[in-house]
Amino acid sequence: MEINTELFEKIPKDEKKLNEIVRPSETYFQDAWRRLKQNKLAMGGLVFVIFITIAAIVGPMLSHYNYYSQNFRISNQGPSAAHWLGTDKFGRDQFVRILYGARISLSIAYIASLLNLVIGILYGSIAGYAGGNVDNIMMRIVDVIWSVPSMIYVILLMVILNKPDHPASDGGMSSIILAMAISFWVVMARIVRSQIMALKEQEFVLAAKISGASSMRIILKHLIPNSMGPIIVTMTMSVPSAIFTEAFLSFIGLGISAPQASWGSLASEALDGYQLYPLQLFFPAMAICLTILAFNFLGDGLRDALDPKMRK
Amino acid sequence: MLSFIVKRIFSTVITIFVVITITFFLMRLMPGGPFSSEKKQTAQALENLNIKYGLDKPVFVQYTLYLKRLSHGDLGPSMQYEGRTVNSIIAYSLPVSARLGVISMIFAMLVGVYMGIVAALNQGKWQDKLCMLIATVGITVPSFVIATLLIYVFAVKLHIFNAIGLSSPKDYILPAIALGGSAMAFVARLGRSALLDVVRQDYIRVARAKGLSKNVVIYKHALRNSLIPIVTYIGPLLAGVLTGSFVIEGLFGIPGMGREFIASIGNRDYTVLLGFVVLDATFLIVANLLVDILYAVIDPRIKIEA
Repeated sequence: MEINTELFEKIPKDEKKLNEIVRPSETYFQDAWRRLKQNKLAMGGLVFVIFITIAAIVGPMLSHYNYYSQNFRISNQGPSAAHWLGTDKFGRDQFVRILYGARISLSIAYIASLLNLVIGILYGSIAGYAGGNVDNIMMRIVDVIWSVPSMIYVILLMVILNKPDHPASDGGMSSIILAMAISFWVVMARIVRSQIMALKEQEFVLAAKISGASSMRIILKHLIPNSMGPIIVTMTMSVPSAIFTEAFLSFIGLGISAPQASWGSLASEALDGYQLYPLQLFFPAMAICLTILAFNFLGDGLRDALDPKMRK
Repeated sequence: MLSFIVKRIFSTVITIFVVITITFFLMRLMPGGPFSSEKKQTAQALENLNIKYGLDKPVFVQYTLYLKRLSHGDLGPSMQYEGRTVNSIIAYSLPVSARLGVISMIFAMLVGVYMGIVAALNQGKWQDKLCMLIATVGITVPSFVIATLLIYVFAVKLHIFNAIGLSSPKDYILPAIALGGSAMAFVARLGRSALLDVVRQDYIRVARAKGLSKNVVIYKHALRNSLIPIVTYIGPLLAGVLTGSFVIEGLFGIPGMGREFIASIGNRDYTVLLGFVVLDATFLIVANLLVDILYAVIDPRIKIEA
């Protein structure tokens, strides 16, 4: 056996790298991103989400059709080279209407989720940090809202807020967003509260307190950044439920009103003639399903990636 | 235990009271009244109607009157249908919805649990992948899409089922699947992960080591404990069945509560709407209470702090 003597040579002292850090240090989010990249389903979801968002913004601008002009000579056509997904009963291009629908459905979902995030973080962090009676009262209120079937309240709020005949009406979009924000923030508030409750007893918070940081600063600079993982996951998961709710409302006739189109209202319009033209229902339904699926995959992946216990 | 139950019942009553109050005042904010319909009425006739239904009184007086009547179980007269009370509308439509709801829940539980077992026992194999694929589809596809798809394939194309109405027991199959689809998917996923957790526990290994057959261990020891998380899901499941029924009942032409609820919104039928919300919410809140108590009873590991 041949021994490679080079390997056994003495290293001069100054060349020894005693305290070398083998791997470059990663922040929490770099670490999570690295793990997310390994999850194919989640990355597929992320790619789809980015794709559909860009398509919703840019798509309608690139097409020479618009979502409202009617042409009865070409009504109820199947997919063709001129109209990729066919036309509806007024001869409007389905492809463009679905892209416009994506604009409205996704705007509603994103803005409603963002509002939930803001209200939920504010409410949850105050309740969790204050503790005691303040927490008790605030959480009783959340319990009450929690135990009511939220869809019933969204429906009632829609009836109150939505005035489709009003000249300044935007087809019901802002009403849906508001109705959902009022009803759905409790989920986020609960998550944030439980996170803050667990974190506030830890030493770094005590250290911040001793250094004279105000409660406001501790919540904003220490507690919320440290509970970002579950918050992001909850927010990702609230997008599909918002899309779902919007589709549901539009489907029962309380959501977006014509000529504006959302995925739910497109599906609802196609319902009258679906026995003859099933494709008109199929495409918006597919758009809803694929987007919900993508967000679910992404949310599941994020949950795994952002959980420090999963770190390898 | 007793003080826990008493406390929970107390908070349940308060919750129901708050729900009634919020709904009552929300309702009065709605634009348009129950009598502003297509028929043009004289101011005098309108006033008489308002007096008849007590709408001329201040809102707070109306509220106390409503609470007083409600304490006797009387939900008041319908403002849209002459001569019908809310109680009679509920008495007519609730059994229809309840029957469909119970059938779809049984479907969701049985099929969901079974799929969960199959998936967990064949973890990683094609059976697992198939079950989880079905479960993912069930969660992501909205119930109205499932419903129209079922009607299109099985009623319009294949003529196996009727598309509309509930005249024979067979007619329950399609709406029950559409209504219970997403619940079934949730139960399947929940059941799979719960069973996988339980199977890794020490006492299962002990049971196997003592020579019990695999089936006895799975169905007698593991399954029971893995059902616990599913029990907590019954509350939200009920909510899904209740709200899902708005669309499903409309699509299948079923004269249940969901359809009446949507109609009462369009009609601004205050009393019917309020009655339905109160009933729905009470139903759900009480179901959640029962689940909480049941949960504590079946899982001795849960410590109750009262």
